[in-house]
Amino acid sequence: MGKKLGFKIFIYTMMIVVGFISLAPFLWLFISSISTNNDLLSVPTKFIPTHPTFHRYYELLFQSGKTESTKMFLVAMKNSLIVATLVTIITLTLASLAAYAFARLNFPGKTPIQLSILATRMLPALSTIIPLYIFAKRFGLIDTKFILIILYLTFTLPFAIWMMIGFLQTIPKELEEAAMIDGATRMQTLLKVVFPLAASGLTATAIFAFMLSWDEFFFALIFTSSYAAKTIPVAISEFTGRHLIDYGMMCTGGVVASIPPILLTMWFRNYIVKGLTSGAVKG
Amino acid sequence: MWKVFRKEEVKFAYWLLIPTLVVLILIIAYPIVDTFYLSLHRYYLTRPHFRPFIGFKNYLYFLQDEEFWASIKRTLYFMSVSVALELVFGILIALLLMQKVKGMGLLKTLIILPWAVPTIVNGAIWKWIYNADYGALNGLLYRLGIISKYKAWLADPFTALNFVIIADIWHTTPFVIIVMLAALTTVPDSLYEAAKIDGAGAVRRFFSVTLPLLTPAILVALVIRTVEAFRVFDIIYVITRGGPANGTQVIAYQAYLETFSYLHLGKGSALSFIISIFIMVLAVIYIKLLYNKVEY
Repeated sequence: MGKKLGFKIFIYTMMIVVGFISLAPFLWLFISSISTNNDLLSVPTKFIPTHPTFHRYYELLFQSGKTESTKMFLVAMKNSLIVATLVTIITLTLASLAAYAFARLNFPGKTPIQLSILATRMLPALSTIIPLYIFAKRFGLIDTKFILIILYLTFTLPFAIWMMIGFLQTIPKELEEAAMIDGATRMQTLLKVVFPLAASGLTATAIFAFMLSWDEFFFALIFTSSYAAKTIPVAISEFTGRHLIDYGMMCTGGVVASIPPILLTMWFRNYIVKGLTSGAVKG
Repeated sequence: MWKVFRKEEVKFAYWLLIPTLVVLILIIAYPIVDTFYLSLHRYYLTRPHFRPFIGFKNYLYFLQDEEFWASIKRTLYFMSVSVALELVFGILIALLLMQKVKGMGLLKTLIILPWAVPTIVNGAIWKWIYNADYGALNGLLYRLGIISKYKAWLADPFTALNFVIIADIWHTTPFVIIVMLAALTTVPDSLYEAAKIDGAGAVRRFFSVTLPLLTPAILVALVIRTVEAFRVFDIIYVITRGGPANGTQVIAYQAYLETFSYLHLGKGSALSFIISIFIMVLAVIYIKLLYNKVEY
């Protein structure tokens, strides 16, 4: 009995340690965002704010004209939202069609094409960025949301195709066959039978495409320079790069930028887990 | 080894694939080939029309460049330390999460949080924690009496590299945990029971039952994380900008500087291509692992 109790105490201690380490850094970001500047700049550090205040959130979201950096933040947020949404829609459309071909149909060249797409999933932006940069410069596409959307497809598409193949393979074939015997064309079967059944897979893929686009930094750093296309990661990196950093605003921006991916992750936890493990466990 | 294809099925498959393939060829395949082509030229963005062919001279330049080898060494250090620790923590925490006690469900939800935080925000968080004048790390160690005065943690090149690694580990361990947890849940309880009855202790059971069953998942996580760590850029850009004294300048950062600061597109292409080759080799290993796994 004693041994069992000791083990339980050990497990609970480890749970607290792991839970604390997982939360503390982000919690500190949040605490910093609601601390007064006096608290932030006090030595030694005040871990509990003396006068917690949400005025930075108000300033950032509703008084965006006040300073150049808060103005940029809101515009960048909007740009990120537009880019990520359009990338998600295009990715989902192209990837679900392509994935169906790989998951269900037989055609010459299937395995080599599928494997090359799988391999490109791992390539960094550096592999393609220089020619794409020269291209964008020549055609005046630098600093546009349009070019960002195109660039983001380089990593969302391979990833999404791969995820969708996994999801489509889990759908029973019989329903498609039944629909086709009833006289439906292949396209009708795909749109009216397969995709509705794959709804959860499509959702998971959409969430990933959105989060990958929201998170992307390198392309945005190189290709954007103004209100026209700058995204949220670039805006935040600029907060951190100044000589006179407004730490409070940096933390507030960080919390706001993290809210969409954190909410998506918590709400769709099961989908996220499925997506992350689709390539790792199922193959 | 030839298959019979149904003409109508093949036609439909190609119709579904054409849009994607056209896009992928234009934005991935062609740029990779073009990067290699550019890497064989002397090409400065400041003189775009003077672009002589110089063969492999850009590659030879880097092979003799001390800075290049220093970047490679830092990259390999970053990669091996962060991936090794992530795997160890990932496996241990996954085993913890498998324990059936009250509150574990909540912990399983919380554990994913660091992964959900955007990469750049993660960098900003740790840069703020490490801050030399007001940082929480200094505050904590000072209050605990471990240090007597605030330290500039990111001022020493090697310390800075290790502190960036800590930030990366915090951000990416949840991925490893999730992969391990998924693999662990497929292990039937009866296997553990059998080992228990055979008198195997907890440590023995881990090494003779759990670890062999986890091996495929470990290999896959290892390759994915190795690739990601090899191309690390974002977190370094935010926390240290490659400094101090180039102490955190990894290979991707050198390629970025070469290309977009010095505007040496030829040399930058050569570095980018070297990175691509390395990653493609890892990708092939990865695909082999996946395909071997399907067989059993």
